[in-house]
Amino acid sequence: MNTLNADKPGNILPKEWTMILRPKRNLLDINLRELWLYRDLVGMFVKRDFVSKFKQTILGPLWFIIQPLLTTVMFTIIFGNIAGISTDGIPKVLFYMSGIVGWTYFSTCLNETSQTFIKNAPIFGKVYFPRLALPISVVISNLVSFVIQFVFLCCFLAYFMIQGTDVKPNILILWLPVLVLMMAGLGLGFGIIISSLTTKYRDLTHLVTFGVTLWMYATPIIYPLSAIPENMKLFVIANPMTPIVETFRTALLGVGQINYLHLLYSFGFTVVLLIFGVIIFNKVEKTFMDTV
Amino acid sequence: MSNVVIKLENVSKQYRLGNVGTGTLSHDLNRLFAKAMGKEDPTMKVGVSNRLDTVDGRYVWALRDINLEICDGEVLGIVGKNGAGKSTLLKLMSRVTSPTTGEIKIKGRIASLLEVGTGFHPELTGKENIYLNGAILGMTKKEISSKLEEIVDFSGIKKYVDTPVKRYSSGMYVRLAFAVAAHLEPEILIVDEVLAVGDAEFQKKAIGKMQSVSQSGRTVLFVSHNLTAVEQLCTTGILIQNGTIGMTGTVDEITSAYKQLSVDENELRRSGTRLVEFLDYKMTDMNGKAAQEVFLGDNFLVSANFKAKEQVELCDMSLDIRNDSNEFIGHITNADDAFEIKNIAHGKTVSVNVTVKNMCFSPGTYYISLWLGNAYGTFDYIENCIRFSVKQGDHYILRPYPFTHRAKTVLQSSWAFK
Repeated sequence: MNTLNADKPGNILPKEWTMILRPKRNLLDINLRELWLYRDLVGMFVKRDFVSKFKQTILGPLWFIIQPLLTTVMFTIIFGNIAGISTDGIPKVLFYMSGIVGWTYFSTCLNETSQTFIKNAPIFGKVYFPRLALPISVVISNLVSFVIQFVFLCCFLAYFMIQGTDVKPNILILWLPVLVLMMAGLGLGFGIIISSLTTKYRDLTHLVTFGVTLWMYATPIIYPLSAIPENMKLFVIANPMTPIVETFRTALLGVGQINYLHLLYSFGFTVVLLIFGVIIFNKVEKTFMDTV
Repeated sequence: MSNVVIKLENVSKQYRLGNVGTGTLSHDLNRLFAKAMGKEDPTMKVGVSNRLDTVDGRYVWALRDINLEICDGEVLGIVGKNGAGKSTLLKLMSRVTSPTTGEIKIKGRIASLLEVGTGFHPELTGKENIYLNGAILGMTKKEISSKLEEIVDFSGIKKYVDTPVKRYSSGMYVRLAFAVAAHLEPEILIVDEVLAVGDAEFQKKAIGKMQSVSQSGRTVLFVSHNLTAVEQLCTTGILIQNGTIGMTGTVDEITSAYKQLSVDENELRRSGTRLVEFLDYKMTDMNGKAAQEVFLGDNFLVSANFKAKEQVELCDMSLDIRNDSNEFIGHITNADDAFEIKNIAHGKTVSVNVTVKNMCFSPGTYYISLWLGNAYGTFDYIENCIRFSVKQGDHYILRPYPFTHRAKTVLQSSWAFK
């Protein structure tokens, strides 16, 4: 990530001025140090999101659990029982829930960060702070709900194990933090790119909502990777979310296909996407107020 | 001192007119194409200056070639008509948007207050919003915690600080928001028209706070249409006209130029039945020489000729004097002097000399409106037709220094030891 360093020679401001505002700046002139100075703001945004989400609801944070639970029940009935899609011999509830919990984190990150500029235009139009603080706070506050859902998933897992079901959480669990970071990175990366483009091309906002839903069907959430016919495998594997979801599930349930090369591809994809996203976001944030 | 902290060099800002957001793809492609061919950006060529009534040209320059230096500790008032480019200028300096051309150099931490309560979330309590808003304005959590008490005290809503702000009255909301902003401690503070909120008492408090900020040697840029506030706060000013700097100078020079600008554009407003009408009018000194200036304590003459179209039994005349904020300061009528203008015959012209004695208005600019009429109606009323200024002399009061306290009148007094 050396390319993101703002202190490269040539980008240093002349000593006497703290800041020089120019019409165009170097594409790589990204002020991450400034973002660090505003870390308290990121924290405040996270708190705001969290508090405001459940104010005046009776069930409060229980909603974090109800959402994946109901989705799991529905998937179990429709895809498991009615359509009869294979779950690789894993209890349907566990199979679907492990997919849903991971996917939900990624998709909410993407959906919410993709609205960064449009939703926050009133604030952005009145005061300057590093714009990246907002999408980053979204990713963090969703991480909180992910952790709650993950703990809930683990409870189910424990229950099934006590019942003697053949699921084997294994050493791959050590990969989990990396997987979560990759999901966050992909969601954030796509989100900020889309949000940068929506300042000019509003059409994308319509695309995102159902695009993400469609994307879910291209990811092994409701079916195992092993159920994919050979001729379509390349398509599913080209999806950077596939190795992440598959590894996530294998780590928890012990059944699945792990391919480190695919995982490496996803990792590389995430890094490149993030760098590209930050660059484009950084370019747009300077003048988006004029076009949004 | 006189250390330049903000420097603008040839700063311009261009906006697109019309329906922004449609057809941008073709514009972008146009631009890309021009760039690839090494030509000038086609959208930059259209040089329509900033006039609200211009319709030709699809791009407009909201600001054009602004060069400005602002020094350490300066309190700069920025005035101008709506749409002149004041807010755009502040937006550029506070980094909300970037200039189209030119460079802005800034020294020191800058905070902008283009609105109070930016980012307030209705569901959060007052206290939570203090932290959120403070963080948005650039304070760290530690700084806010250390000032929390002060902020709550200043806002005067201690009782409600743990209630969600959506339950607040709009006044409470604004008080809280301003309180947070007032406790920012940047080296440069940018303020846009935010003092026009809250009740009179709170406004006084707010202006007081701003004054103490400026007295502590920090640089303040202040935009307002409230000229009294500008005069109270600022030391220097700039007048923005159609996207360029029309004038720079001391705050008094700037505000009077701005007021003059607004008066010049108003035509004389005249109303009434014209049964009797003014033919001409002038203001002179006591020797009959035309004058536009009066020294404190002096007398002056207003003479007017008017003609009756029909026979009129009773006709009164009066002079209304307003200051440049259009406040009604003085009223003079012939009835007060038991001077009667009676039985004017058809077609007859009457000439009247009015001596106004012992001028006691504070130095400044004033406007006289002339009225003719009687108890049943107005014959002729010409608004603000005579403009004059009052200057500080040395015979009415012996005040060696210029008037800074903006009282409306100056009373003569005599002093003695008892």
